[in-house]
Amino acid sequence: MKLRTVRIILWAPLILFLIFVGAFATGLIRPESRVIPSKMVGKPLPQFVLPSGAPGMQGLSTADFAKGEPRLLNVFASWCVPCAAEAPQLTQLAEAGVKIDAIAIRDRPEDVAGFLGRWGNPYQRIGSDTQSAVQIAMGSAGVPETFVVDGKGIIRHQHIGEIRPEDVPAILAAVKAAR
Amino acid sequence: MIAEAGLAALWLAAALAGLELLLAVLGLRGRGELMASVRPIAVVQGILVAIAFACLIILFVRVDLSVALVVANDHSAKPLLYRFAGAWGNHEGSMLMWVTILALAGGAVALFERNLNERTLIATLGAQAFIGLGFYAFLLFASNPFERVSPPPAEGNGLNPLLQDPGLAFHPPTLYLGYVGLSVAFSFAVGALVTRDVGPAFARAMRPWVLAAWIMLTLGITAGSYWAYYELGWGGWWFWDPVENASLMPWLAATALLHSVTVLATRDGLRAWTVMLAVVAFSMSMVGTFLVRSGILTSVHAFAVDPQRGAFILGLLVIYIGGALTLFGLRVGTVKEGSQFEAVSREGALVVNNLLLSAILGIVLVGTLYPLMAEAMTGEKLSVGPPYFNSAAGPIALLLMVVMAAGPLLKWRRDDWRPLVARLAVPALLTALALLALAIWAPPIGIFPLLGLVLAAGVAAASVAPLWKRKLRRTPLFIWGMVIAHLGVAVALVGMASETAFTKETLVAARPGETHRVGPWAVRFDGVEPVAGPNWTAVEATLTATRGTSPARTLTTQSRMFYAPPTETNEASITTVLDGQLYVVLGNSDDQGRWQLRLWWKPWVTLIWIGGGLIALGGALSLLGRVLRERRSRLAQEAWA
Repeated sequence: MKLRTVRIILWAPLILFLIFVGAFATGLIRPESRVIPSKMVGKPLPQFVLPSGAPGMQGLSTADFAKGEPRLLNVFASWCVPCAAEAPQLTQLAEAGVKIDAIAIRDRPEDVAGFLGRWGNPYQRIGSDTQSAVQIAMGSAGVPETFVVDGKGIIRHQHIGEIRPEDVPAILAAVKAAR
Repeated sequence: MIAEAGLAALWLAAALAGLELLLAVLGLRGRGELMASVRPIAVVQGILVAIAFACLIILFVRVDLSVALVVANDHSAKPLLYRFAGAWGNHEGSMLMWVTILALAGGAVALFERNLNERTLIATLGAQAFIGLGFYAFLLFASNPFERVSPPPAEGNGLNPLLQDPGLAFHPPTLYLGYVGLSVAFSFAVGALVTRDVGPAFARAMRPWVLAAWIMLTLGITAGSYWAYYELGWGGWWFWDPVENASLMPWLAATALLHSVTVLATRDGLRAWTVMLAVVAFSMSMVGTFLVRSGILTSVHAFAVDPQRGAFILGLLVIYIGGALTLFGLRVGTVKEGSQFEAVSREGALVVNNLLLSAILGIVLVGTLYPLMAEAMTGEKLSVGPPYFNSAAGPIALLLMVVMAAGPLLKWRRDDWRPLVARLAVPALLTALALLALAIWAPPIGIFPLLGLVLAAGVAAASVAPLWKRKLRRTPLFIWGMVIAHLGVAVALVGMASETAFTKETLVAARPGETHRVGPWAVRFDGVEPVAGPNWTAVEATLTATRGTSPARTLTTQSRMFYAPPTETNEASITTVLDGQLYVVLGNSDDQGRWQLRLWWKPWVTLIWIGGGLIALGGALSLLGRVLRERRSRLAQEAWA
């Protein structure tokens, strides 16, 4: 090992370390985001056919979208507390003329019926996804999540977590943009 | 009062660390008379931090709910052992333990180190004090463990149930002793760079400290692996997750260091490389500990929960690692070259060992940090899993086994291929026999486990070969240490390969009364009943396992619900027999009265941890041998004088 000829190599560890520091610093400065955005945004809905998730309601399939009009797809569950918290906002959106469908995750029809009776029913159709299969295919990591699907059946926007009153304008804007 | 006493002790220790650094710098700059006070200050500093840590433990044992940290992590219903161990089962407490070990290690060097040149020793203690200062500042300004809450709440929040395990009492302290023990090697390297005194005497002085830290790290990793195996209930013993990698990386660097320091001590070779490894080993500890503690790796953004803390840590890393690497770049060119050696020699094999260990270290480092890098650059979240690590590090590790088998059979300085081949004949024969045996009797298995099993036979034989033709009673302890440690590697390798190749798994939904088979076992599900513990309730399943004609064994496994904080854990039932373990986990029930049962038969899996224990035992024998020999030669010198 001839140290004089390889002097540059002596500095290599320091340079390598500084590159790592750069990456850590970027990680620090980045704004906090705990959500995992779906990679499906901008892509067509996955193919699915779900049975009815509540008595007296129709089930949900991919074919119900792509009918020329944007729709909201709300991923929820009767056992989910934030889902109850967002119910007034969904009702508000439905009253504003937005068509909303839902997928009930790991749920029982009678429980969903109870939930709708208690918190209101803004939905046109409810599909039952007992194994979270469609939820996973949608790239949704939890409940509640709400997707804006455009008239061609393409997912245009994803809202993670419950829809709070202050989120309603953004959702309405996303629905408008999807027209 | 206790909290304030602890805080005061911590402040005093920090002030002493500052004084120690100042005196060391002044002493080295010509005020030689000041150097005499550095050693006692280092010792007192260690004692003060130990008092602070003891105060925190008392607060936890008493469940003093006026202290914020106790409120967040303690609960009066917890058993005494977990109240005790809970003191370090959280961020602030584990940081305090970290600093305690750092200061105690510095104190131990000040008390016991007699071989090192005095100037280098003072520079070493100065470096240790400098590291200490940064972490005292971090504790006192950003992670104060003694902060009070007012008014105190009626009850604490409890400790994560996964951590409520006897393993927690022992695993983190052992691991931390290893991590932070490496700080001594780091400080030695910095001290030697400062005084330009890198040579065999320096290496001989550093070796016992490296060895001690390495033993602790080995024990800590082995214990941690077993803890994950039985407590997490997934039946795996290594998951390549960032926390494990954070402990593996310093271990790899320390293992390389251990071997290169021997070359430096014996043959005065690899000077710059040894210093580099000493810096890298502790740097890996620091990066590892903090990336894990801050959560930047498991979730990059857990760091951002408290950006001040994250920035603080990053600043410390830049100062210490960046500073040491800068010193290395500046100074190592002026360290004289060591002696030369031939490629085929003990040194040559140790260089290959170092290169391969460094390559594995690089692979683990890249795999661990890649998600972080990828997110910093593209914003995409991803994780790197076992397929990458196994396929990238596996072949190199197997190659390392071959070098490990051959290395100890080579002579120092210069050797020849032909006698080596002759010395390796018996191990090679055993390797061939193992291959033959597996080809005939074993079911087809993957290439890695196959190579692992086959090589393990040869490595085991080669590792005891250094004892051949020696008088066993007169063989020095450190030779025994090497033999046992290398044998331990072979034993662990058999366990890993066998577990990978021959594990049998059965996943069933069972009704009480049904019998299911896994490997050679028939397991009857007898039923479930509720049970309660001090801070949990559980469903306990009773099973009866029979194998061949041997008497039936009764197994119990629980699915536990802790209520503070509310969490569910699975307590696996593990039956150990001579040739493996039967591992049973109870899952959920469905509404038709069936229970999920997961049954594994893992042949020879225990060898993994027995091997780890042997490796550590080898290290301990070697350490004992070296220390005794030093002592004997010092006594002899004193007798002459």
